[in-house]
Amino acid sequence: MSTGTLPEVSRDGVTRDNASLRTFLHGLPGVDQVGAEARAAMLSTRSIKTTSKQWAIDMIISMIDLTTLEGADTPGKVRNLCAKARRPDPGDPATPHVAAVCVYGDLVTTAREALGDSGVRVAAVATAFPSGRASLTVKLADTKEAVAAGADEIDMVIDRGAFLSGRYLQVFEEIVAVKNASAPAHLKVILETGELATYDNVRRAAWLAMLAGGDFIKTSTGKISPAATLPVLLVMLEAVRDFRDSTGRQVGVKPAGGIRTSKDAIRHLVMVNETVGEDWLSPDWFRFGASTLLNDLLLQRQKLATGQYSGPDYITLD
Amino acid sequence: MPFDYAPAPESRSVVDIKASYGLFIGGEFTDATDGTPFKTISPSSEEVLAEVSEAGPSDVDRAVKAARQAFTGVWSRLGPAERGKYLYRIARIVQERARELAVLESLDNGKPIRESRDVDVPTAAAHFFYYAGWADKLDYAGLGSAPRPLGVAGQIIPWNFPLLMLAWKIAPALATGNTVVLKPAETTPLTALLFAEICQQADLPPGVVNIITGAGDTGQALVEHPDVDKIAFTGSTEVGKAIARTIAGTRKKVTLELGGKAANIVFDDAPIDQAVEGIVNGIFFNQGHVCCAGSRLLVQESVYDEVLDSLRRRLRTLRLGDPLDKNTDIGAINSAAQLARIRELSDIGEAEGAQRWSPPCELPEHGFWFPPTLFTGVSQSSRIAQEEIFGPVLSVLTFRTPDEAVAKANNTPYGLSAGVWTEKGSLILWMASRLRAGVVWANTFNRFDPTSPFGGYKESGFGREGGRQGLAGYVKDRRDV
Amino acid sequence: MSRVGVRKTYKLYVGGAFPRSESGRSYAVVDRDGDFLANAALGSRKDARDAVVAARKAFPGWSGATAYNRGQVLYRVAEVMEGRRNQFIAEVAAAEGITRRAAPSRVDAAIDRWVWYAGWTDKIAQVIGNANPVAGPYFNLSVPEPTGVVAVLAPQLSSLLGLVSVLAPVIAGGSTCVVVASEERPLPAVTLGEVLATSDVPGGVVNILTGRTAEIAPWLAAHRDVNAIDLCGAAADQAVDLERAAADNVKRVLRAGEPDWAADPGLQRLSAWLETKTVWHPMGV
Repeated sequence: MSTGTLPEVSRDGVTRDNASLRTFLHGLPGVDQVGAEARAAMLSTRSIKTTSKQWAIDMIISMIDLTTLEGADTPGKVRNLCAKARRPDPGDPATPHVAAVCVYGDLVTTAREALGDSGVRVAAVATAFPSGRASLTVKLADTKEAVAAGADEIDMVIDRGAFLSGRYLQVFEEIVAVKNASAPAHLKVILETGELATYDNVRRAAWLAMLAGGDFIKTSTGKISPAATLPVLLVMLEAVRDFRDSTGRQVGVKPAGGIRTSKDAIRHLVMVNETVGEDWLSPDWFRFGASTLLNDLLLQRQKLATGQYSGPDYITLD
Repeated sequence: MPFDYAPAPESRSVVDIKASYGLFIGGEFTDATDGTPFKTISPSSEEVLAEVSEAGPSDVDRAVKAARQAFTGVWSRLGPAERGKYLYRIARIVQERARELAVLESLDNGKPIRESRDVDVPTAAAHFFYYAGWADKLDYAGLGSAPRPLGVAGQIIPWNFPLLMLAWKIAPALATGNTVVLKPAETTPLTALLFAEICQQADLPPGVVNIITGAGDTGQALVEHPDVDKIAFTGSTEVGKAIARTIAGTRKKVTLELGGKAANIVFDDAPIDQAVEGIVNGIFFNQGHVCCAGSRLLVQESVYDEVLDSLRRRLRTLRLGDPLDKNTDIGAINSAAQLARIRELSDIGEAEGAQRWSPPCELPEHGFWFPPTLFTGVSQSSRIAQEEIFGPVLSVLTFRTPDEAVAKANNTPYGLSAGVWTEKGSLILWMASRLRAGVVWANTFNRFDPTSPFGGYKESGFGREGGRQGLAGYVKDRRDV
Repeated sequence: MSRVGVRKTYKLYVGGAFPRSESGRSYAVVDRDGDFLANAALGSRKDARDAVVAARKAFPGWSGATAYNRGQVLYRVAEVMEGRRNQFIAEVAAAEGITRRAAPSRVDAAIDRWVWYAGWTDKIAQVIGNANPVAGPYFNLSVPEPTGVVAVLAPQLSSLLGLVSVLAPVIAGGSTCVVVASEERPLPAVTLGEVLATSDVPGGVVNILTGRTAEIAPWLAAHRDVNAIDLCGAAADQAVDLERAAADNVKRVLRAGEPDWAADPGLQRLSAWLETKTVWHPMGV
């Protein structure tokens, strides 16, 4: 699990002041938009069939952070979600359970109770999710309460306003503080790539989050569009690959928002496979933030099992 | 846990390959009269696909006569807009039969179905669409005040992009009012023969397009035929020179698109991940059987290690195998002869002292295969830095400064294409203005579009295909000599 | 007993749909002998306003499409028109009072005109754009770009060929338009709208209003979100005022008057709706 503050192999002096951090981040190789999108498009042509499709579907299910983040969430809603998380398809007990349930901090207790010792973890969004617009004090309190209530994982948001105005050190220090406040839970850092707008910014924010000790980098809150896109994922995967090569530390990746179909999710998995390889092909290192995706996976799973197209009547709502 | 991809084969049932084919002359398939039939095989399995006719000298003569008759009798009298509409029909039918064409191309050529499906066939259709639109607009094309067709064009195309090269030749020729006799390469005749059927489906007037199959002798007979007004050739520099010698002193016009040994230049401020993709695409797309392939990697010394490490890592994810599998990246080498040449030059590379590396790669038992290969420690004077290998073999050299990159890139008798990788716009344009190459790709590689002129400097040939410039080779102005 | 026909209703074509005029009004369209043909929508200033909104909304997508894509769409329009050849022959014959024998050549000319413009989308930049050899270490490129939303007063007499000849060049170049059809011969224009709606032309790229030209035109001429106006079909006594009104936001203007539609159109109507953008970039290490 998490071990603390700055990574062991320190980037000497890089975080001593904002100017140094800026020089480092801006010195990372640029990303050519057209080239990155072309690579993502080419990987999307991979045809995953039969046994590899079966494998992929089960792997993806086991990687899902089943999510509900609505103002209207109630304990009842969360309990139902947890039941689905533990047993996605009552008609087929061999279906794997999902990786985690993702809820707002004040519903962690409910989720914890409902999940018991099923192996499904509890992830809580924190730090004034989704906007991140609150004082550090409030954000840390948000975090600590969620951890105290039993969250295994914290999904925080970075301060995009600070990032876009070049206050990189502030963003860094906030992540470090939240990382400390979330111990022993592990920390996912949401970059909100849709607001970062350029692939260069995505690369820089990814490095920033990893330098600050994030255990996972996550694309989006799912509350704005665009959320996770394949080229953004590509850039983030390249970043975690380069970071491990450079520091020895492996960081996980979570795309979230906008992934609704199995076909789409399989494309994401292919991208992981061909960009960073099998070391990341497990729920410990790759997650999908999704809700409706699960049901489409179950439909596909049923089709592979029976040979017939299935329908919504054969999948539980929650 | 590894993610293995199960086989994902594209079905062969969409194509209906006949046991044997005649020649397409005067709008009909007809038996050859004096030639020896030959077989075309699938290079990935060595399976015989069909028997194909060889056009002997009298068949070539028949074809040229049919083209001449069609030119004077029908095609040159047709209103330009009507000519264009025939080309639009052909473009549409190519789109309609896209899958059939793609599968047939992969079977006959050995290239991955993903490439024939996503690049070759759509680009061929687009060429016909593009040139269809020029047919009635030649007065606007900057070709002089009254551009006229040349007459009968003899066209000889290579085996690396059979259908696409056919489109590059036939579309502008027809749009400008010429008729054609086209000879596809002897190892890849099948999509050209299917194209003949498409001409029939489009009700193209007989004799406007004639397809004659055969090898070097047939090509020579076509080049030498006295009633051909224009020769368009894509192929090796050696044959191109022979053609230029043959037509010397005649009235024949010629355009040549020949070999290359392109430099793909990576600067230290390149977007590294995209540059690696560009290097891979540059030399391994179509198994490196590309005249404009980026077969020399010129990497700035200061980023050498980073780029090479990244490149080797990337090469390990390339998938070599059955061309009809949708997940295949590297297909078969087109013929035993080509494979032998690639092997020979690779052995020479090793003998010259370069270090050879390939990712671990299982080669199928039957068929012609060569793994993607890197040679590092190559210098400008190495044969593998000078000679065109035409296979999936990359020679890696280094440079220190932009001037040195330009000098090394230009230090070759060839001049077809070049690649430049840097985030600095001014450097891109500075390099582009100094590279002696007909096509410069910046932060990309192997991009083709019907609107974009393609062709070489120096021994890579002359004349351009694509774009407005692509019309020039098929017309004459009334003031022309 | 002969069969009772199902008669067509002629509405506006705005934003990809066929609404009636928001005013609820219509007017009778008659043939050259004064016999009733159909009721057409009597477009109002609010319809014009809505059409401009639709055209503006469609502009980013249409101008951002590749030239190849636009060419494919325009060629498809020709294909669908060809399929409706007989319908157009009947409508043009009725509208223009020409015989059924004379009408086919006009319809064929209109279809061929679409094909002509379809072939320009990916070539006009090569003909009117160019690199410029400036006297300095700069790469300099001039490229044509679509101007935006173009209002078009379609010719009053040539109900199909003339209509196509003013409409196709606007969209071939990537702009979108609001067309005011011939006042007395509007029916082929509505049928053309039906063709556009089924030919992959995105909604809003072309909007067709029927009604009194003199009533609608001033609102378009003065509209500040319209970038250009083709005054082809304007009445002689209104044309000057319209041109003056257009000056308010410096619209690009083509003046009133009908050329010989059968002749080669040349580049005028393509170029009129294209801006030229010139970009400089240094060349250096």
